[in-house]
Amino acid sequence: MFFFFVIISLQAYDVTAKNRFPKPEFESGHVQPETITPAPRAMILEYLDVFVLIVALSLISWLILKKRSRKGVFWMSVFTILYFGFYKQGCVCAVGSVQNVTLALFNESYNIPITALLFFVIPLLYTLFFGRTFCAGVCPLGAIQDIFAFRPMPIKAWLEKVLGIIPFIYLGLAVLYAATGTDFIICRYDPFIGFYRFDATFIMFMLGAIFLLVGVFIARPYCRFLCPYGALLNIVSRFSFKHMTITPANCINCKLCESSCPFGAINMPAPVKEKEKTEVIVKRYILLSVIVPVLVFAGGLIASNFHENLAMVNHKVKLASEVMNNTNFGVKDKEAIEITAFKTSGQTVDQLYSEASAIVKEFYFGSWIFGCFIGLVFGLTLVSLTVFKYHSDYSPDKATCHSCARCMDYCPVLPEKK
Amino acid sequence: MSSEEKHKITRREFIRKGMQLSILIGLGSIAGGLITKTISEKTVWQIDTKKCTQCGRCATSCIKKPSAVKCFHAYDMCGYCDLCGGYFKPGTKDLTTAAENQLCPTSALKRKFIEEPFFEYEIDKELCIGCGKCVKGCGAFGNGSLQLQVSQDLCDNCNECSIARDCPSNAFSRVLNSTSYLMLGLRDSNKWKNKL
Repeated sequence: MFFFFVIISLQAYDVTAKNRFPKPEFESGHVQPETITPAPRAMILEYLDVFVLIVALSLISWLILKKRSRKGVFWMSVFTILYFGFYKQGCVCAVGSVQNVTLALFNESYNIPITALLFFVIPLLYTLFFGRTFCAGVCPLGAIQDIFAFRPMPIKAWLEKVLGIIPFIYLGLAVLYAATGTDFIICRYDPFIGFYRFDATFIMFMLGAIFLLVGVFIARPYCRFLCPYGALLNIVSRFSFKHMTITPANCINCKLCESSCPFGAINMPAPVKEKEKTEVIVKRYILLSVIVPVLVFAGGLIASNFHENLAMVNHKVKLASEVMNNTNFGVKDKEAIEITAFKTSGQTVDQLYSEASAIVKEFYFGSWIFGCFIGLVFGLTLVSLTVFKYHSDYSPDKATCHSCARCMDYCPVLPEKK
Repeated sequence: MSSEEKHKITRREFIRKGMQLSILIGLGSIAGGLITKTISEKTVWQIDTKKCTQCGRCATSCIKKPSAVKCFHAYDMCGYCDLCGGYFKPGTKDLTTAAENQLCPTSALKRKFIEEPFFEYEIDKELCIGCGKCVKGCGAFGNGSLQLQVSQDLCDNCNECSIARDCPSNAFSRVLNSTSYLMLGLRDSNKWKNKL
């Protein structure tokens, strides 16, 4: 009996080199069907998205800057929700394309799709020329929040300033994780994509619902206090060639638009400041020139201390640590799937460790740069608080203005007739 | 005073112009640097079926519901067995198509009698959820002709495949469009046979 099994198993072993069971030759003349391997979607559809993006951006820029129509922006938002949101299911989007570009810059083998590259570049270009018209109604994430902004309340300036730093931290983290090929966190923690796809997990659905509900009172919370692409647009928009204005002609300082902005992005006219003593200015200058480098260095130091924690998100590092500590991914009673798969993969533990330590090293450098960047953001925020900006009229703050065109309806000034 | 003010404005303008130019150059260099990558061949997500352990996460981790991962049948490798390890639950007594005998939770694997003693197995892609139960059974007892693979007409070709991140055996990778499908037992002439 034993020998029988040995023979059977030996035979089985032999045959597996080819096939355990040979392919039959049919006597009935049966024709074997072919395996269907469908081709990916045609490229033309992807170019169509880019085309729609360009048309939508051109249209909305025209609506805002030339037509000065809030209604037009609203209907553009509706179109965006329907097309980029529900039809395209929020993918490809400019917000996430930051990660594609980063990965393409750091990873040789990754061929970035041309749509992702164009979705990154085109909104930035439009922002450089016309301000953040992309945010106004072409971004599906912004559009859905804009529709929900029923009763916007002003929030304290200091809170706005502090929360405004978060997008830069988020951007830094997203770039760090994309550059190391770990994860695309912007896509993973996108609160609205679940609505567009009707498949949100409970937590993500709750998160999206909270953002929308909060957004009823605090307009566009994601855009202002989280969106990493918004952080880039914020910087670019400051230097835009053109930007929407509240008034079509000359501001008469009637204060009607004062509370119209849901984002608190209107610069109020400020009285001319008294001239400070030179000593005070010099002192402040010296203080800042010390504080900013210290902040940059401290940021780098702090972040690099946490580089191992940051690296734990990477699945290879995680696997190595689980193997090293014998923790079995917290699974009790049986072997975790990851461990089983690792054992069957034929890779040795040493190989895994060396690969993981290489990734951890990347994270060490990456977290230094990330920390320095955050320090710099803090420092520059500090500097911007000390700089006095003179405004004689009511004008949109180019950095935080989302170009939603709400304020325009409040302006009583008629456009100059030619 | 007036000349000073004028001077001030020009300085501000100078910074503005300089930043505009540098942003343009920056964007241009990113676009220019990466354009060669975009022109080169498109990459698609594929499962290396030799690495796949059929853990079942393809069914749950894909952003699409049901998953874009489907079971594919390489007919050339199939033994057309009566007792199919991919079709029947282990320990099934009578080899009938009764639901309680089937391994597939959605009855996506269809069994058709061809001639004594051969049966043909076909996958209904509409029903398949990519759980890999049949793949596991076929691999364990049969030729391994049933294989999990990313169906390219369904795959959104996400930036970062969410199954790839959850895959315990690193079976997911981006491959060049021309090298897919990454499966055993496909004829060359079979490639890119589209249903449409």
